[in-house]
Amino acid sequence: MSEVTTHEYDVVIIGAGGAGLRAAIEATREGVSVAVICKSMLGKAHTVMAEGGAAAALGNKDPRDTWEIHFRDTMKGGKYLNDWRMAEIHAKESPDRIRELEQWGAIFDRTPEGLTNQRNFGGHTYPRLAHIGDATGLEMIRTLQERGIHSGMEVFMEYTVRRIFTNGDKVTGCFAYNRTDGSLHVFKAKSIVLATGGITRCWAVCSGSWEYSGEGHALAYWAGAEMGDMEFVQFHPTGMIWPPSVRGILVTEGVRGEGGMLTNSEGERFMFNYVPEMYREEFADSEGEAMDWVNSIVADETPTARRPPELLTRDVVAKAINSEREAGRASEHGGAYLDISWRPEEQVRKKLPGMYHQFMELAAVDITKEKMEVGPTAHYVMGGVKVDPITQESTISGLFAAGEAATGLHGANRLGGNSLSDLVTFGKRAGQYAAQKASSVNEFEEIPANEIDQVVTETLAPLGRKGGENPAKVVEDLRNMMQEKVGIIRQGTQLQEALDELEGFRLREATTSPGGTRIYNPGWHQSLEIGAMIDISKMCAMAALSREESRGGHTRLDFPTPDYGYWGKVNSVIVMDSNGGMNLSHIKYPPIPQHLKDLLDADDLHEEE
Amino acid sequence: MSDDVTFRVFRGEPNDEGIPIGEMVDYTVEMDEGMVVLDVIHSIQAEHAPDLSCRWNCKAGKCGSCGAEVNGKPRLMCMTRMEDILEETPDGSPVVVKPMQAFPLTKDLVADVQWSYDLNKTIPPLQGPDEVDWKFNQNEANRIQEFRSCIECLLCVNTCHVMREHHLFDEFAGPRFFVRLANLEMHPMDQGNRLSKIKDEYGIGYCNITRCCTEVCPAGINITDNAIIPLKERVVTEYYDPLAWVAKKIGLRK
Repeated sequence: MSEVTTHEYDVVIIGAGGAGLRAAIEATREGVSVAVICKSMLGKAHTVMAEGGAAAALGNKDPRDTWEIHFRDTMKGGKYLNDWRMAEIHAKESPDRIRELEQWGAIFDRTPEGLTNQRNFGGHTYPRLAHIGDATGLEMIRTLQERGIHSGMEVFMEYTVRRIFTNGDKVTGCFAYNRTDGSLHVFKAKSIVLATGGITRCWAVCSGSWEYSGEGHALAYWAGAEMGDMEFVQFHPTGMIWPPSVRGILVTEGVRGEGGMLTNSEGERFMFNYVPEMYREEFADSEGEAMDWVNSIVADETPTARRPPELLTRDVVAKAINSEREAGRASEHGGAYLDISWRPEEQVRKKLPGMYHQFMELAAVDITKEKMEVGPTAHYVMGGVKVDPITQESTISGLFAAGEAATGLHGANRLGGNSLSDLVTFGKRAGQYAAQKASSVNEFEEIPANEIDQVVTETLAPLGRKGGENPAKVVEDLRNMMQEKVGIIRQGTQLQEALDELEGFRLREATTSPGGTRIYNPGWHQSLEIGAMIDISKMCAMAALSREESRGGHTRLDFPTPDYGYWGKVNSVIVMDSNGGMNLSHIKYPPIPQHLKDLLDADDLHEEE
Repeated sequence: MSDDVTFRVFRGEPNDEGIPIGEMVDYTVEMDEGMVVLDVIHSIQAEHAPDLSCRWNCKAGKCGSCGAEVNGKPRLMCMTRMEDILEETPDGSPVVVKPMQAFPLTKDLVADVQWSYDLNKTIPPLQGPDEVDWKFNQNEANRIQEFRSCIECLLCVNTCHVMREHHLFDEFAGPRFFVRLANLEMHPMDQGNRLSKIKDEYGIGYCNITRCCTEVCPAGINITDNAIIPLKERVVTEYYDPLAWVAKKIGLRK
């Protein structure tokens, strides 16, 4: 058997995006030893790609904003399937988490008074997103990285975790391999934080990098943790669609926050036709009123007009673009037009520098003069590891999760900007409680040799196979299948087909032969990701098949409306049963207390049904 | 644009002494509209060589993972359009792709950049006041936001002759880290002083302002004029300006 190196850390954090780094900073502050294991190099994780901003009710830009309104917006945007306890904590704590980033070196754009500026975004009542141009994710990850490297955390870069070890229902450590040299490692740990991001690489058109293969979600599931809300996948309405090689790359919602208008092939601002009843009172009903709002924003004044319908929540805008295409009114390459060119060139280039370069260099489109073409792209999974809202601990003792890997905060649809503030709010909590848990454990547990041998054998298996398929082909087919059958608009027959076909992918996975050696071999790495992608895809299809309604990031052609009586009150839970089967059930969060319920829109709750 | 394109890609690993041992291998793949160099590398992996090593993440010029030398020029593979590459490549010649040459080789197109992570740890962090809600205006922010837009692709370090030809990795911090140091030194709320380190440990004197770093920066940071020269001026004022020295002695300057 190949040589395995053993390490011991009180807390092992898997993932080095915003949540992982914030957890590491907090855990080291508690005085425990901390290892951070990440698939890419430090500072390259998916957080770096976030653009628009981090939502927190600082009230710098509009003093009317409060945590209560942020809580209400988050619950409404999530179509009331959120864990209200997480939504409350997030709304209350995110302002402090943003303020402390500034002290650690983040340079957000400023208000005229010299404070952190805030930008408008879909579903947020007031300008709420701290931002730096359209590169807020870069600012956040760099700030946390620069803070983290002085915290005492040890970083294991370009390592992939393959298994979390448990004894009964308690975490004991994990197994990882080094992607650079192929060496094998066991990390004994008293607690583990999963901060592994999302799963959207399972779809052909997505805004995610190769890291988003869902391995973190799968690690938790394989360890026996409960997974929640896996049917809810956010298709961001504005991804690039042309040329083909850039399809899916994100176009920030900040474009619409800065006054970007969506039009169809007939030049019509179609979003006015898609304002849902629950949002009708808050949105402009004419282009004139929408323009008044935009003019106030441009002039840096507090608007009195209602917001343009382009700023509806992402689920609504994505489905509207899809409907326009179905109706034969798509843009030249099958999406919609997004236009910010009416604003002066220097404003566009200051507010949206990344978008300017992205379109100029990848599509040869000058967004200060021409319209962009955009369409939906798989962007975020609301579902993930079910966690305690206070501690972020999963149903496995000592296993914590934060950020996109966890579920609860966002319900059926996440508001833009709530992810970056989620990362730091719950990353901090996960780090803190994981460290406290570790401090309460006296000794590292032995990890049985046969369990290590088994994962080593599985990890090295693809390198021993010959003459099989290229793993890239299997992954491509899987992503196309998911795009077609478990995409933005779903129906029962197709979801069932997806579930059947996924079993076929397991057979193909078992034959992939990447060739080459253990030294930095992307083919080998990809072979090892397919198993996770299949299980994650299955969770999503299974939960989607059972939810017979349409809500947020889950739309069924065969059940096109929300069901308030049953489905609007329950969340899906998936757990591995004792035979290794995937078991689905539905549960309710505890009832929301009256003082929080009073903050919500009574008409939305449909309590009578 | 022709339907097929041929890439000549470095394949190899270092030997025990760290010297790259390998060969240039030709691969021909089909082209699609709007492709960038990284797309072609991915096609090569998917069709010919699954074990061809390269780093990438965001595919949109935001993460700085996929730096390489394409036709001899350091660039991000994800932001380099094939249309432009074919224009500069002579007819009938392959497009040549190599890893960044100033760094040790890991394998194929992957360079070992551990140096940058070790060096970054030695830079004293921001020292600001304890109170929250710092006040400074957008003009003050603009100056350092330019530095904050660095994506740590290290193409500047790869290009700098102090690194590439003279290998002074132990004596010189390189353009990336002068950008980082300028960010800290010019931060409106910072109370720290890193000038002695900038002069001695980080060897700013080695830079002779050839602007090669600025030319290759994919984030468009004016590294030489806005970061390195102002830091050089501060070092000169602190250590070599006799008037400033006198002013300090008699308490007119800090």
